[in-house]
Formats: sequence, C-alpha cells, structure tokens
Amino acid sequence: MKQQTFESLYHQDWQQLEDALLVTEKSTFLPWKSRSLDPELPQLYRRVCHHLSLAQQRRYSSYLVERLNDLVLRGHQQLYQRQSHFLQQLIRFVVFTFPHQVRQHMAYLWLAALLFYGPALVLYLLVSVQPELVYSVFDYAQVSQFERMYDPTAAHVGEDRAAQGDMQMFGHYIQNNISVGFQTFATGLFFGLGSVFYLFYNGLILGAVAAHLVNINYHSTFFPFVIGHGAFELTAIVIAGAAGLMLGHSLVRPQQQTRLEALKTMSLKALDLLYGVIIMLVMAAFLEAFWSSNSALPALVKYSVGGFLWLFVMGYFAFAGRRVWN
Amino acid sequence: MIDTHFSVETPESIELHLIPAGPVPRILAYSIDWTIRMLILLVCSFFLSSFEQLGGGLYLIFYFMLEWFYSVFFEMLRNGMTPGKRRMGIQVVHDDGTPLAWGASVLRNILRAADFFPFAYLFGIVSMVTSRQFKRLGDHAAGTLVVYRPQPKDKITLTEVGTRPAPFLLEINEQQAILAFAERSDNLSPSRQKELADILKPLLPLEGVSASEERVSEIKKIANGIIGSHTTTNTTNTTAGRS
Repeated sequence: MKQQTFESLYHQDWQQLEDALLVTEKSTFLPWKSRSLDPELPQLYRRVCHHLSLAQQRRYSSYLVERLNDLVLRGHQQLYQRQSHFLQQLIRFVVFTFPHQVRQHMAYLWLAALLFYGPALVLYLLVSVQPELVYSVFDYAQVSQFERMYDPTAAHVGEDRAAQGDMQMFGHYIQNNISVGFQTFATGLFFGLGSVFYLFYNGLILGAVAAHLVNINYHSTFFPFVIGHGAFELTAIVIAGAAGLMLGHSLVRPQQQTRLEALKTMSLKALDLLYGVIIMLVMAAFLEAFWSSNSALPALVKYSVGGFLWLFVMGYFAFAGRRVWN
Repeated sequence: MIDTHFSVETPESIELHLIPAGPVPRILAYSIDWTIRMLILLVCSFFLSSFEQLGGGLYLIFYFMLEWFYSVFFEMLRNGMTPGKRRMGIQVVHDDGTPLAWGASVLRNILRAADFFPFAYLFGIVSMVTSRQFKRLGDHAAGTLVVYRPQPKDKITLTEVGTRPAPFLLEINEQQAILAFAERSDNLSPSRQKELADILKPLLPLEGVSASEERVSEIKKIANGIIGSHTTTNTTNTTAGRS
C-alpha cells in the first residue's frame, strides 16, 4: 500500500486519538481526583500502535512515522499511568506500610541508632568527666547560646526567643529539622558515607550539649524540654540515616544486580521510610514549638507525657502493621 | 552510537523513541524555576511581614515547601513539567517512558541534596555528562529520565505537481532518502537544494534533464510517485491529509 492511500484510509483514527488524548491530558491528575479516561481510548490506541508498526515496517516517510510515534507515546503515557488514591494510601501507609518497612530493615535501623546514640553517649560521658571538653566541640559563642536557651529563669525554653513566638519556631523547626533529615538521607548516595557523617555529627552535638547543661545544673529545663518531641525527632533522624545507609549499601554490595539497578530497587524501599520521617518530623516540630517550650507546665507532667510518647513510638514500631492491611 | 536517542518497547511491541535532554536545557530550566521561586518568596515575605510572628512562621514553612517540593508539585500537576521545563520543552518521565509517579518525583527531588554536593550541583552535572541518558544522581535512584517533549508538527505537503517513475527500481532506503529530500525541501534554500540534487547526478541519471532546477523538481516528482499521489494536484494533496 502506498503511503498516501494509507494516510487517507486511517487519518480519521489518528485525529480521533489526538482529540481523545487532548481531553485526557487536560484533566489534571491530582492525587485526590480520579481522571476521566475516554472509554474509546484504549481501542484507538491499540489501532494506532498497529498503524505505527505498519508504517515503520513499510518504511513510510519519517514525517508520518514520527507523527504516529508521538501519538502512540502520548497514548502510552495516559494508559500506563500508575494510579494512586492519596487518602487511602496515607492511612494504609501509617497503619501498615511504614512500621512494616521499618521492621523489614531493622538491621539498618540498629546500625543507624548505634552511629547516632553511640557518639552521643561517649561524648556525654567525656564532657561529664571533663567539662572543658565542650569547648572543643563548640566555640564560646555557641556554648553561651545554648546556655541562654535553657536558662531556667527564662520565660521560654528551647531557642533564643527574644521576640519569637511559637508559630515562628514551628516554621523554623519544620524548615531546619526536615531539611537535616533529607540531607541525612540523600547523602547516603555517596556509598552511605554522608548518612554516617550526619548521624555521627548530630550524635556528638546531642551528647555534648546534654552533658554541658547537666554540668551547669540546667538539667531541670533541658530534659523536660527534649523528652517530648525527642521521641519523634531523634527516632526520625535515626530512620532517615537508616534509609540513607540502605542506599549506600545497595551501591557497595549490589549482589546479583548491577549497581544502578540495585540502587533503583533499594531507593523505592527507602522512600517508604522517608515518607515516615517527614510525618514524624512534622509531629516533632509541632510538639517542640507548642508543647516542649511551654515552661508553665510542671516538669513531672512533661516527663510523664514524654515517657508515654517514647513508649508510644516504640510500641508503634513493635506492634503496628503486623497483619497485612488492605 | 553518537546520538542519544533511546527507545523503549511497550507491551504492544512498539518501539517508542525518546530523546534525553542534556545538561544545558536542564540548567536553563533550573534557572527559570529558581527565578520563579525567588519571586514567589519575595511576594510572600512582602505580604507575610505584616503578620509578625505568625507571618514569620508561615514564611519559613513556605520556604521549606518551595525548596523541596516546588518541583514535585509541578511535575505531578503538569505532567512532568515545572514551568522552567515547560519553557525549555523538556519533561520528566520514568525511564520506561511512562509518566512520572509521586514516588519517583519525591525521590528525585529530595536526592537533589546529593546532586548539589559539594556545591553548585557539581556531582549532579558530573553524573549527567558521564551517563548515557544524562541522568543526575537523583534520576539514577528514582529511575527517571528528562526527555524532550514531542513537539506538535505541521502537516507536510509535497508541493511539487506530477509524478515521474524512477529510472530504475529503487531500494527501500534510497526511496526514503528521496522522500526525505522532498519533505525537507521547504527548509532548504534553493541553492542548497540544487547542490544536493547535483550529488545525485552520477547515481540517478535522468533522461532529458540538464539544469539543476529541473533536476530538483524531477526528484520531487519521483518522491510523489513513491508516496503514491497519482492525480496530485496541490489541493487534493492537502485535503487528503486534513479532512
């Protein structure tokens, strides 16, 4: 069949497919909205696929082949979309996927926890015994800033809040802490080294600050402050580090796959942990800004609520999502 | 091997051709997006500054969202295109040619932090120029690809009138070459057309043709014959394509 005959026979199909595609492409695919798909589209698409392979096989002009290729490409994009329903997925994620995935990769979690709490503990002990050591971790200005933050006589604890309200601090915690979490995760791409560094570094800071504040007798403000949101924040940083270690591990030891394939498979799993990290850090920021910083509450209340939150987080990862949830 | 074209086979056994976009259009797209982000922040800080603490908090949250999720938002809403990418005619897809899903978009944009390392996206650019499909680190991990978006093309009509049989039976690739010449001739200057046609002189002897212009038009007539426009006046040619 000559090209022109072919074109005049089928150009109506092509036009129809193009019109159907235009309609579908316009209906944006927000996660909470279902898309409108022309019921004719799959059939038309398959027909034009057939035309494309004919045109290629018969070596019709490159213009025609290209045009059909573009149509098929667009059809392919519409038909092979990964569908998702946001709210349903979110609930499933919280009650099943996240705790399940965390347990699946427990070895990474333990390693990340060791890399974080290990240096924290070591530095805590060192600074307790040798108080001047804190100045080898921080310079003088930073130390005095910490002291100001946790001064028991201050109205607000936790940050330098001369003129800053809870809302301001909430924004700050969101911006700062989640960015740190993302960085801890992303730098795992460098064979895990970045994640190791961030875990280690943040552990050092935590240990040094805690010990120094105990040394100068500010523990009555420091521990009630951190215990509440710490349950979420510290755990989330450990999980972010674990997710980064997963990326690194897949690159260092790809097993049966190529390194890039192993990375691709692993990063999809790590992504589940990362979603959880985001949720936990938002909760931590909320607690830190509106609960932890409130110095009107007695320390006992803060300790008991904080203790409860730690138990809750541990219990969540231990028991939630044991059964497959549909 | 030199060009970067890349094909994916679909379940219908069709090969789709994708053209990965290189560092230059991507950097330009990024600069456009960066400018837009800064403008949004500027407007925000202007409005939010009247709300003091609440405004300060909202500003920081907004800053955070823009920094990490600006691209995710537009890539999901606009079919893999941030405003900058749309301007540059490029688009993010999965490396099997399917449109971008949430997971991959979030992953590639959070891993930006690794691409940025140590400064000014150095690792990302090195990764791009050393990979065959111009993938930055985030693209490798998320399994995504930035490709040129198919551009709508105008219908090409062969304007030459009349047909002429080829002097001998043409091989299929020879036919394609002649057809391509006829289709592209609108973009070629008359002198370039003559130059190209003259190259064919020893290969394609045409009886009774001596002048170069004549040779050009005769080759186009052969193209008409190949494509199969028999009666071929200009009008039927056009209506057949459009109606």
